[in-house]
Amino acid sequence: MIGLEQVYWLIGMMFLVIAALSWRDRSHRKWLGNTAFWGLLGISFLFGSVIGNLANGILVLALVGLAGSGATGLGSITTTSTDARDARARKHGNWLFGPALIIPVVAILGTFTLGQIRVWGLPLADPKEVTLIALALGIALALIAAMLWLRSSLHAPLEEARRLSDTIGWAAILPQMLAALGAVFAVCGVGQAVGRIATTWLPLSHPLAAVAAYCIGMAFFTIVMGNAFAAFPVMTAAIGVPLIVNKFGGDPAIMGAIGMLSGFCGTLTTPMAANFNIVPAALLELPDRYGVIKVQIPTAIAMLAGNIALMSLLVFRF
Amino acid sequence: MWPLIGIGVIIIGFAARVNPLIVIIAAALATGIAAHQSPLAIIATFGKAYNESRYVSIVWLILPVIGLLEREGLQERARMLVARMTAATAGRLLVIYLALRQITAALGLLSLFGPAQTVRPLIAPMAEGAAESRLGRLSQKSRLLIRAYAASADNVGAFFGEDIFLAVGSILLIKGFLQQLGIRVAPLSLSLWAIPTALLAFAIHGLRLWQLDVKLTRQNRDEAR
Repeated sequence: MIGLEQVYWLIGMMFLVIAALSWRDRSHRKWLGNTAFWGLLGISFLFGSVIGNLANGILVLALVGLAGSGATGLGSITTTSTDARDARARKHGNWLFGPALIIPVVAILGTFTLGQIRVWGLPLADPKEVTLIALALGIALALIAAMLWLRSSLHAPLEEARRLSDTIGWAAILPQMLAALGAVFAVCGVGQAVGRIATTWLPLSHPLAAVAAYCIGMAFFTIVMGNAFAAFPVMTAAIGVPLIVNKFGGDPAIMGAIGMLSGFCGTLTTPMAANFNIVPAALLELPDRYGVIKVQIPTAIAMLAGNIALMSLLVFRF
Repeated sequence: MWPLIGIGVIIIGFAARVNPLIVIIAAALATGIAAHQSPLAIIATFGKAYNESRYVSIVWLILPVIGLLEREGLQERARMLVARMTAATAGRLLVIYLALRQITAALGLLSLFGPAQTVRPLIAPMAEGAAESRLGRLSQKSRLLIRAYAASADNVGAFFGEDIFLAVGSILLIKGFLQQLGIRVAPLSLSLWAIPTALLAFAIHGLRLWQLDVKLTRQNRDEAR
């Protein structure tokens, strides 16, 4: 059965090749740091499931040490010039979009069919993970199609992958790091501590005050934790269910749905939600790490006000 | 209250712009020590959770194919495509993308679009190309602004579309957690009550994206002066 583990092997091999290409690129100072960083990342994907928790933790410390000490950086890359790209874009025409479109088409078809395909009575792909497996399949097929059509060597896409990886740099592992921090917070009872503070200090004697405190609390707690999923259990157990539902008779489905979406307003404004806010800034080569957050803040504030208004209007009515 | 020290470390570290990876490790260690855990236990907990969340990095598998297409002029082609559409502006293009992102996310196709899949290779260059064909040469400042808005359209569309889909993680979390507290809610009613916020998000962020064109024209005029 194909599961996420097999997809991880592919990614692991990709990062090991990127490490090897960095090893060969001696023309700049940071070749060794880059080799070590991408190599360790490759090992994490290939062997993370077998080396045990402590070894994974030490591997993470090594990655942080490399990136934090400035040992990694942009390698010297051989890619095409802007003029050459312009000429090639004219030559290839709109067919260039073809391989890029294979990815979503296969991802959609795969999501709906992969779970049903059975080989000798066993499912071909892990039914719980079909979306991600279909995405990986679409990417693999798109790469094969593009290489055949462009008659590219195996070297070109991997060298380009190194260019993009070096551009993203350490931001590539930031989302996983924050997920791990969330787990440490959960084990150490950070959520309950914040919940106690919220209920002790907020004035909650009026239904609308409770609604406002719940929504703002969801947004604020999400900003701190970087994830609305971490905020929801804390705020709902502290304010949502005891006050909005039990004391003031609000509808739990409306409270839950709009409460979670209030948390998402916080997600738009926090560097802790790295995969949405910091990684895109790196991918789009914005010099300001907080460039994406800055344009999202006005929308987030308006949406939070809107969510409070919607919940106040709806939650006690249905 | 001592475990909250980790939150303090995060806030100070991010504000001082220390490398975020170091801030995160420091916050994890501070929180764990405050909660009377041994450093080795904290590192093991951290390593376990890091390893279990590798699925968020699956998207990096896309780098070779996007890189190869970029080498062959994908971004340039995206620019040329919109330059020929006279009605296209950066703002209008991003409004359409916002709608597409919300609708596909509402159908459960969350990983269909994203910063690596669509924004960098297609949407940002298209928006830049549309602005260029209308305003002429763009300043670096305008370029970066367009890219940031493109990323914001992706995020807002994803966040305020996904909860309309029944089987998304957040809906299951709401249902599961309320059930633990003895409250039963149907997933369908949760997704239905996500619709008003989704419409509001399209109105608010759509309007801001629409105004991007005005902003760009103003930036362009100021620079000409």
